[in-house]
This record gives sequence, C-alpha cells and structure tokens, in this order.
Amino acid sequence: MSRNRLKVALIGNPNSGKSTIFNQLTGLKQKIANFPGVTVEKKTGICSISAFNGSPHTSVEIIDLPGTYSLYPKTIEEQIPFQVLCDPENESHPDITVIIADGTNLKRSLFLSTQVVDLKSPAILVVNMMDLVKRNGIDIDFKALSQRLGIPVISMNALVGGEIEILKHAIVSKISVPENDFIDSAQFAPQVVEKIKNSVKINSNYAAFQIANNLDGIGFFNDRPERKQKINDILKEHQFAPGKLQAAETLKRYEVISLLLKDVTHIHNHEPSSDKNLTRKLDNIFMHRFWGYLIFLVVMFAMFQSVFAWAAYPMELVDQAFTWMSIQVHDAIPEGIFNDLLVEGILAGLAGVVIFIPQIALLFFFVGLLEDTGYMARVSFMMDKLLRRFGLNGRSVIPLISGVACAVPAILATRTIGSWKDRLITILVTPLMSCAARLPVYALLIALVIPNITYFGLINLQGLVLMALYLIGFLAAIGSAFVLKWVIKAKERSYFIMEIPLYRMPRWKNVGLTIIEKVKIFVFDAGKIIVAISVVLWVLSSYGPGKTFKALSDRMEQVGQSDPELANHLAAEKLRTSYAGIVGRAIEPAIEPLGFDWKIGIALITSFAAREVFVGTMSTIYSVGGDGSDVTTVKAKMLAEKNPKTGLPMYNLAVGWSLMLFYAFAMQCMSTLAITKRETGSWKWAVFQFVFMGFLAYISSFVIYRILS
Amino acid sequence: MLVIFKKLSEIGKGESAVVESYNDDAMKLKLMEMGCLPGERITVDRFAPLGDPIAILVGDATISIRVDEAENVVVRPVN
Repeated sequence: MSRNRLKVALIGNPNSGKSTIFNQLTGLKQKIANFPGVTVEKKTGICSISAFNGSPHTSVEIIDLPGTYSLYPKTIEEQIPFQVLCDPENESHPDITVIIADGTNLKRSLFLSTQVVDLKSPAILVVNMMDLVKRNGIDIDFKALSQRLGIPVISMNALVGGEIEILKHAIVSKISVPENDFIDSAQFAPQVVEKIKNSVKINSNYAAFQIANNLDGIGFFNDRPERKQKINDILKEHQFAPGKLQAAETLKRYEVISLLLKDVTHIHNHEPSSDKNLTRKLDNIFMHRFWGYLIFLVVMFAMFQSVFAWAAYPMELVDQAFTWMSIQVHDAIPEGIFNDLLVEGILAGLAGVVIFIPQIALLFFFVGLLEDTGYMARVSFMMDKLLRRFGLNGRSVIPLISGVACAVPAILATRTIGSWKDRLITILVTPLMSCAARLPVYALLIALVIPNITYFGLINLQGLVLMALYLIGFLAAIGSAFVLKWVIKAKERSYFIMEIPLYRMPRWKNVGLTIIEKVKIFVFDAGKIIVAISVVLWVLSSYGPGKTFKALSDRMEQVGQSDPELANHLAAEKLRTSYAGIVGRAIEPAIEPLGFDWKIGIALITSFAAREVFVGTMSTIYSVGGDGSDVTTVKAKMLAEKNPKTGLPMYNLAVGWSLMLFYAFAMQCMSTLAITKRETGSWKWAVFQFVFMGFLAYISSFVIYRILS
Repeated sequence: MLVIFKKLSEIGKGESAVVESYNDDAMKLKLMEMGCLPGERITVDRFAPLGDPIAILVGDATISIRVDEAENVVVRPVN
C-alpha cells in the first residue's frame, strides 16, 4: 500500500504551532532521521484517516519540514524546504503542501504562504492560533482569503483537537493547483524565467526565478550537471545577477500582502491584547538584570538536580533489573562462550544503553517545557553576550550545564541551537564538563593522593581539589570553544536574528513526544554503536592468546568460589594475560611519560566503555575482586603499590594529578562518541573530538607530572 | 526640515524609528522576510541585561538582534 500512499509536507514559520499540528496528525507514529547528506532533522509520520466519502486514502505520510520564514535558501535548514517542494525528483517531494500560518502574525505568515502558492503545486493554508486572533479583536474573512490565494483555507486552534479532522478531510479531498500567480516573478526577469521554465520543464515562474537566483545554493542539480550547465548558460546570456532581485521580490510581495490584508481582515480593537500585556509583565521579571538571572539559576538548578540526583533512583532500578536478568540468563543457558557473550557482552552493553534513559527523559522533560513555554528564547537572549565571545551562543547554556550530569543527553539537547557552527562547537566541548561518571574516579584518586586536611575548621582540602577539577573541566570547555571558533570554518554566515515568542502554557503532548523522540534516537541510533563497542571490549578483556591464558581460565573454573583469595588472584592474572592486558602493557612506553604503568594502561582501555569502569578494573587488577564497590580495599592496595624503579609509593601526588587530569580531559566514553556521531551525522567529528580531547589529556598529564615529580 | 539618520543600535529603549536601509545584503534579506522592511515602523522594546542583544517590536512580533547586527540597519528616529 505504501506505493500509492499520499505524501503531505508541513511548512511554516518557527513558533507557528507546526509541530503541534504534526503531533496531532501523527501521534506516536513518528520517525526521526536526517535529510540525506545534511544534519537537518527530518521528521516523518503516518496519519490515519477514517474513510471520508469515497476517498481511497486511509493513511497518508506527513513530512515535517524545518521551520522557515521564506523559501530563500540562505542556510541549510532553508535549502531543505525549497529542494523538497521544487524538485519533483526529491524523495520527499509531496503531493500536497500544508502551510501553517500564525494567525496573530498573518502578514509575515502570508509571505511564506504566497511563495508556496507561487510554486503552483496543490496546497492548503491552515491559519492557526485562532483563539488568540479572536482575543486580539481581529476578524478574518476566510472565504475571501481562499479566493485571493487560490487554495483552500482552514481556520484552526491547534490546542483544541477537533478541527484537525477538517484538515484531514481537506488533505484527502481533490485539491487543484492554484491557477494564478500571487506575484508574477516573470516581471523581474522575463526572459530568464521563460527559458529556465522550458529548460527544466516546470510550470511555475516563481520556481524558475528561485532557481535563477540560487543555482549554487539549492543543490538539486548537483547530480545533473548538464542541466545545471544549461541554466548557467541562460544566466550568462542575460547577464543575470543572482540575488539582486530577491529584495525587489520581497518588497513587492509584502506590498501585495498588505493590500490583501486590508480587504480580508477587520480589526475592531486597537488595544494591545491581554496576552501581549502578560508577556510584557512576565518579561519585566524574567529578563530583569537581577531577578532574571536569579530565576534562571533556580531553573537550571532544578534541572541539574533532576538529571543528577533524581535520575539516580530509576538508574538504580535499571541496574538491578539487568543484574537480575544476567543471573537468569546465566543460569538458563549452558556454560560456555555463548553464555559469556550473552551475559557479559551483549546484556552488559544493553544495560549501558538503557541506564541513560532516565537522565535523557528527565532532561528533555525540562528542555521540552522551557522550549514550549517560550522561556528558552529568553535564556538565549540573556546569555548570548556572555557565551558569544567563546564561539558559543545563548542556547549553548543548557547543554553545557547538563554536561555536568552527563554529556549524552546534553549533546542531544544541542538541537535547539540554530547555527550549525555554534552547535558543532557546543557538541565538541560539552564532554569536557565534569560529568557524573568522573566522580567515582576522582573520589578514588583524591582519597589516594590528597591528604584529608581541614583548614580553619571549614575548608577541606579534598573537597577543594574536587571543586578545582570541576572548574578545570569548565575552563577547558570554554577555552576549547574559544580555540575551535577560529579553527572551524562556517559555510554560512550566522545571525542571531530570532523571534521572541509570547509565553504560553506548555502543551504536555509536545513535551511527552519530545522525550520519546530523544530516547528513541539514543536507544536505536547510538545504542547499536554502544553495544558493538561493549562486545569488543568484553572480548578484549575476557580472552587472551596462548596456553597460559587457557590454563588460567581452567584453573579459575576449578577454584570457583571455594577459595575467594585465590580466585581474585587468578582473575587479576587472567586480566593481565588477556588481549586488553597485552594492549595495556604494549602502550606502557607511550604512557610512561605521564607516570602511568601497564596496570593503569589496562584500566584506560577498559574504561573507554565508561569512565567509572576505571575503579572496577583497578579492583580486578589489584585482586580485590567483586565489582569495585569495595573502594577501601582497592585504595589500601593501591597505596601499598611501589614504583619498581624508585621503590617509593607508586601513587604519589604527581601520578595522582596526572591521572585526574587525564580523566578530566580524555574522551573516555563510548556513549558520548556514539551520540556525537549520531548528532553530527558523520564519524569525522566524533573522531576529531576523540583526538583533540585525547591530545589535551596527554599534554596536561605530561606537564603536571613533570612539574610535580 | 532636517532628516537625521541613525543606526538601529543607537536607538534608546522605548524609542521608535522607521527603517531606511541596510548595509549588509545577506542580513537585509533575513530581516526583510521577517517583516522588518524599509518604511516599517519599529520600536526598541528592551536591551538584554548585559546590553546586548536588543529586542525590537516589528509589527506583531518581537525580534532579537545583536548590537553588531543592528549597526547595519539605518533608521530614521520618530517621536
């Protein structure tokens, strides 16, 4: 059936209520991917339509195009709607375009709407937010509007669900192509428009005009060079100056729209609406130089608290559930490689994926709420000046703060950053913020090398060092952003021209769907990579070459739990001779300048799964056994460790600081790597992130080790 | 009568002006499509607490623009 399923594209200004309508049309039947070749989110969904009289369609595919103010392809986000609507060969090219207009700003909405009308393909105009329009004291003559535009017009208040049925009905009704141009673009360049129309066989003057203006920007002739050449020849022949006429078109379009609005709208109340007054009053508080920042701090604290502390309870449950499942599976299947792979490789990997869900869900509950109420726009307005000088922008503040809990949901939260360069820099530096997984590593190392002294009966030295590590992470993040600002070249100019919407009550369905969407992206896209790396790491640490390893494994099975001390000793020996152990010993010369030995080398490899694994690996290496929860014993064993060359304690101040800085900076987290790959659309930036953080870690560890020893 | 032109960035809080022209072609299109056209009356609504960006009222919308971007918008102050 999918072959003849109707395709419908939604287009509209940002804040026009487009996503609410998309959510109402599709509900949970949504898919999120990227448009081919770019990191612009492509949301599609299936809309079920109850049989209207005689309609053959029971379900249609809905494509949610990125929010835009016009069809001029200035940025990547804006190129997508133009390509999809203009190019019949585009895989997302719709049968019908549904334009969502914000009724409270009809003039600007009609600008985009009439551009779509001039493309001469079937379209429906939805005038949204009618409740606000009525409260503002404005009447709209929909019949006249529909006649003048030549397309069906539907009035809607997307908050009330009932009217969505009218839209569904309209979609499956026979919709004809608009007959007249709203603005005849041929007036700006008659010969060029005519020749391009004939050359690429389109019937819209406006599409031809846009192609003439943006031949390089639109990209859809890139795989059809002979056509592009033809158009280039036409442009050259007529000495067409691309772009110059767009301003003329904009002026003309707005002029005609103003005339149209005089005829079809009637304003019988000139006072500012109560909604505007409320927004002004709220903004006087929320954007106040003192209260504004105080409220922001409180909101951020609540958000941080939830991701950091509240998420701990469901995470504990996930942990217990997987432990229970591991035991069940382990007991149900005969012992052997398959059993080990299932329990220690795949199940452990899955646990590593599922454990993030509470944090992601809680963070996006807050982010969704802040975005939907309009508060997020205020945050970026207030923070922009501070963050801009570091190559970030106002919206980077949420990912950076969330990064203190966990970089994975934080990177997912960068989607709200409009400029690609700013967003990329935010993604790259966020993992430098000290996340929760670093805490167990810091705790162990601080306890090892920093004396427990309290100054003035108040300031504890260990606490001071912990705070310093958080501060170092923060400084590294903004410092790197500052450097990356110069290193990364932007393909497009970035502006901070954005609309500050009115405040409104959150639409809980939107918030809920945001949470589901982000969890899905993480579990299905990043999850695959995480499970794969987890299996590889398991193979490395559970298998080894040669007879020694085999003998050790057999011995361990014989001993079992009868002699715990011997078993722990064998486990340490087994890890030492495993592949991970071999690699750990092989890299010893490379990490020796940092003060690390092969034991730390092994931990560096295994803790690529997640930083806190460092503690567990150290327990195994020092024959403590268990899962690393017995930190006191590990600490005692590590304290007793002697440097074979000097005979002095191995874990002195120099090695301790060197290790702490290494964990502060190095990209020791496969989940972050996976999500960076997902969110930037390629391995290139994930690898870049891994390398630059690794470089930073190596250099700082090297320097601090030299200074302190 | 003497007509004084100013940069949008020089307009004070609560003051209004009429857009005259733009000194930046790419930004011009961006502002124009959002309804900030030559001849349009705009009002500076407020400055961010740190003095930058600026929120301006254009028609029924509030638009935020950075100070260095507003420097490229030429306006004629009105009372």
